[in-house]
Amino acid sequence: MNTIGMVAVGPVDPPLVKAIGEHLSRTFHLPVTILEPAPEPVFAYDERRGQYSSVLVLRSLLERAHPAMARILGVTAKDLFIPMLSFVLGQAQLNGRVAVISLARLQQQFYGFPPDPELLRARAIKEAVHEVGHTFGLTHCANVRCPMSLSNNVQHVDTKGPVLCTACTTVFNEQFDHWRAGDGPPGAAG
Amino acid sequence: MTTHWHILVVDDEEVMRESLAAWLREDGYLVDTAESGTVAIGMAKERDYAIYFIDMKMPGGIDGIETMMEIRKVHQEASIIIVTAYATVDTAITAMKEGAQEYIVKPCNPEEISLLVGRIIKVKNLQRENSILRKKLTKQYSFHDVVSKSPAMLGIFDLVRDVASLRSTVLIRGESGTGKEMIARAVHFSGDRTGKPFVGVSCAALAETLLESELFGHEKGSFTGAAAQRKGKFEMAHGGTIFLDEIGDISPKLQMDLLRVLQERRFYRVGGTEEIEVDVRVIAATHVDLERAVREGKFRDDLYYRLNVISITLPPLRDRREDIPLLAETFIERLAHELGKEITGITDGALRILMNYDWPGNVRELENAIERAMVTAKSKLLTEEDCAFVGAKPAVGADEWTIPPNMTLEEAENRIISATLQRTRGNITETAGILGIDRSTLYDRLKKYNIPRP
Repeated sequence: MNTIGMVAVGPVDPPLVKAIGEHLSRTFHLPVTILEPAPEPVFAYDERRGQYSSVLVLRSLLERAHPAMARILGVTAKDLFIPMLSFVLGQAQLNGRVAVISLARLQQQFYGFPPDPELLRARAIKEAVHEVGHTFGLTHCANVRCPMSLSNNVQHVDTKGPVLCTACTTVFNEQFDHWRAGDGPPGAAG
Repeated sequence: MTTHWHILVVDDEEVMRESLAAWLREDGYLVDTAESGTVAIGMAKERDYAIYFIDMKMPGGIDGIETMMEIRKVHQEASIIIVTAYATVDTAITAMKEGAQEYIVKPCNPEEISLLVGRIIKVKNLQRENSILRKKLTKQYSFHDVVSKSPAMLGIFDLVRDVASLRSTVLIRGESGTGKEMIARAVHFSGDRTGKPFVGVSCAALAETLLESELFGHEKGSFTGAAAQRKGKFEMAHGGTIFLDEIGDISPKLQMDLLRVLQERRFYRVGGTEEIEVDVRVIAATHVDLERAVREGKFRDDLYYRLNVISITLPPLRDRREDIPLLAETFIERLAHELGKEITGITDGALRILMNYDWPGNVRELENAIERAMVTAKSKLLTEEDCAFVGAKPAVGADEWTIPPNMTLEEAENRIISATLQRTRGNITETAGILGIDRSTLYDRLKKYNIPRP
C-alpha cells in the first residue's frame, strides 16, 4: 500500500504529528501512517555546532523506510543544519523518498516569546507540505503565499499559506496521474 | 519557478557538497558536484556554469584559489563564490583580488546565500537575454553569408543592395582573404540576375593561353589538345554574372580582349570565326593597386575605367576587429556541423588571442585558424590552448631560419612557398591555408616564381 509514513524523531507532541499527517493526506491524496517514534538522533549531533546534521537524520530515515511507503517524513524538535548553512528548517531529497522538518525554530520560545501551540502547528504544517512537496519533485515557488515558496525565517513561513498554489497543484497532479497509470510513485527518481 | 541554470559545487567533503547541492536543487537549479579542483576544471571546460561554489581549502590537490584561476581562464566572466570555514582578512583579500565574485564563510545564514544566488542569477538572466538579442542581431548582421557589424562593411552592404540590379561593372578591391568573392556573390544574388549563373574565374591561376580559352572557349582543333569545341566562362555566364578574380594579373593581350567584351559584349572563341554575343555582368576583383599599375603602364587605362564603374573596397580584418567575435561564432557554428564536433563556443581567453592578432590573411586566415583549433579541441568550448598557435612563429629548426646574406624578400617568399608545397605534397588548398593566403594568390606566386608542383 502506498502511504506517507510519519515518524517523530525524538520527543514530539503526538497530536501535532497527527495534525500534520491529516493535512498531508488531504494535500497529496495519500493515506498517512504514523510510525513508531524514533529515538533521539544522538548520532547526528555535532558538538561544535550544538545542532543536528539533517543529512544524517535523512540517512537514518531512509534506512528505516518501509518499502510499502511512498514517502517518509521525519518530525523533530531538534535544530537541524547542513555544513554550509547556519540552520535549516527542513530538508528533503528532491524526487526522493525522505524528508525531515525541524520544529526548533518554528517555536515561539526560540525567539524568547511564550509558547503558541496553534502557531507552531500552522507553521509545522506549511513546512511539512514544503518538504514533502520536494520529494514529489516540486521546487521552490515564486508565489509567496504558496507553501512551496522558500522560507529562511519564521516571518516567511507566516506569510505563506498551507495550500499549494494552482501552479504547484498542477505539477503535482500531473506526476500523480503518471503514478496512478503505473509509472511509479510521483517524482520518484529510479 | 527558477529557470534551469546550472551550478557547480566544488568541495572535497562529500557531505558538504551534496547537502549544498541538494539545497540548491530545491530552488530548481541543476547542480553538479566536483570532489576536487582538477575535476571541476574539466567540468568547466564542458559547460559554463552560472555559479561556481568553490571551497577554498581542498587538501591533496589544487586549492580553491587555483581552481578559480583555472576556471577563469576558460570563462573570464564566471561567477565564482569562494567558500571557507576559516575567515581571515588575508584570505578574503586574496580571493577577491584573484577574481572571486563573492567570498562567504560557512556556515552562513540561508537568507544570505539565497540573496547572493538570486542576485547573481538576476544578472545571468539579463546576460542571457542580452545574448539572445545579440544572436538576433548576428542574423541581422549577416548579408548573403558575409557577417559584419562594422560601419564600413554595413556601408558596403548598402552599396551592394543599391547596385545589385544594375548592369554596371563592379570592381572589388581588398587584401587577400577579405571576402571579395563573397561580396561578388552578394551583388549577384541580391539583384535580378539571381536565378541565372554566377561563374567565377581566377585569372591568376592559369597561363595566358589557357585563361583565354577558359574565358572565351575554343573551337575543335584550335590548338594542341583542343579535341572538341568548348564553351568559355563568358558563354556559361550568359544572363548572369562573371566574376574575374585577380584581374590585375592578366596579360596585355587578354586586357585588350576583355576590353572588347566589356565594350561590345561580343567575342570570338579561340580559333573561331563566329562572333558570340552575351549578356553578362562583369564583377572583377584584385588585391593589386590598379592605379599604380596603370601609371606604370602594366594595366590598360581604358580597361581600368571600364572596370572601375562601381568600386567597392573591402577593409582588412585588422581594421574591423569588432567583427572577430561575430565571425568566430559563425565559423564555429558552421564548422561544428561540418566536422561533426560538439563545439558550441569559444572561451573569453581564446577570443582575446584572436582579437590581439593582426590577421594578415584576413577572414580566410581566421576561418582556417578556427578550423585548425576545432580539429584538435577536446572540450565543448575552444580554449586558449586550442588557439595558442595563432600568431606563433612556425616551430621549425633554427637552421631553417638562418637567412642567407643578401637574400631578397622575393627569394624568401619563393623558398617558403616551395617548402610548404613540398610538405603538403602539392596540395594547393592546404598550402594556401597554412600560408594564410587564398588559392588564387598562391597560384599567382607559383607562376611568378615558376615553382613546379611536386
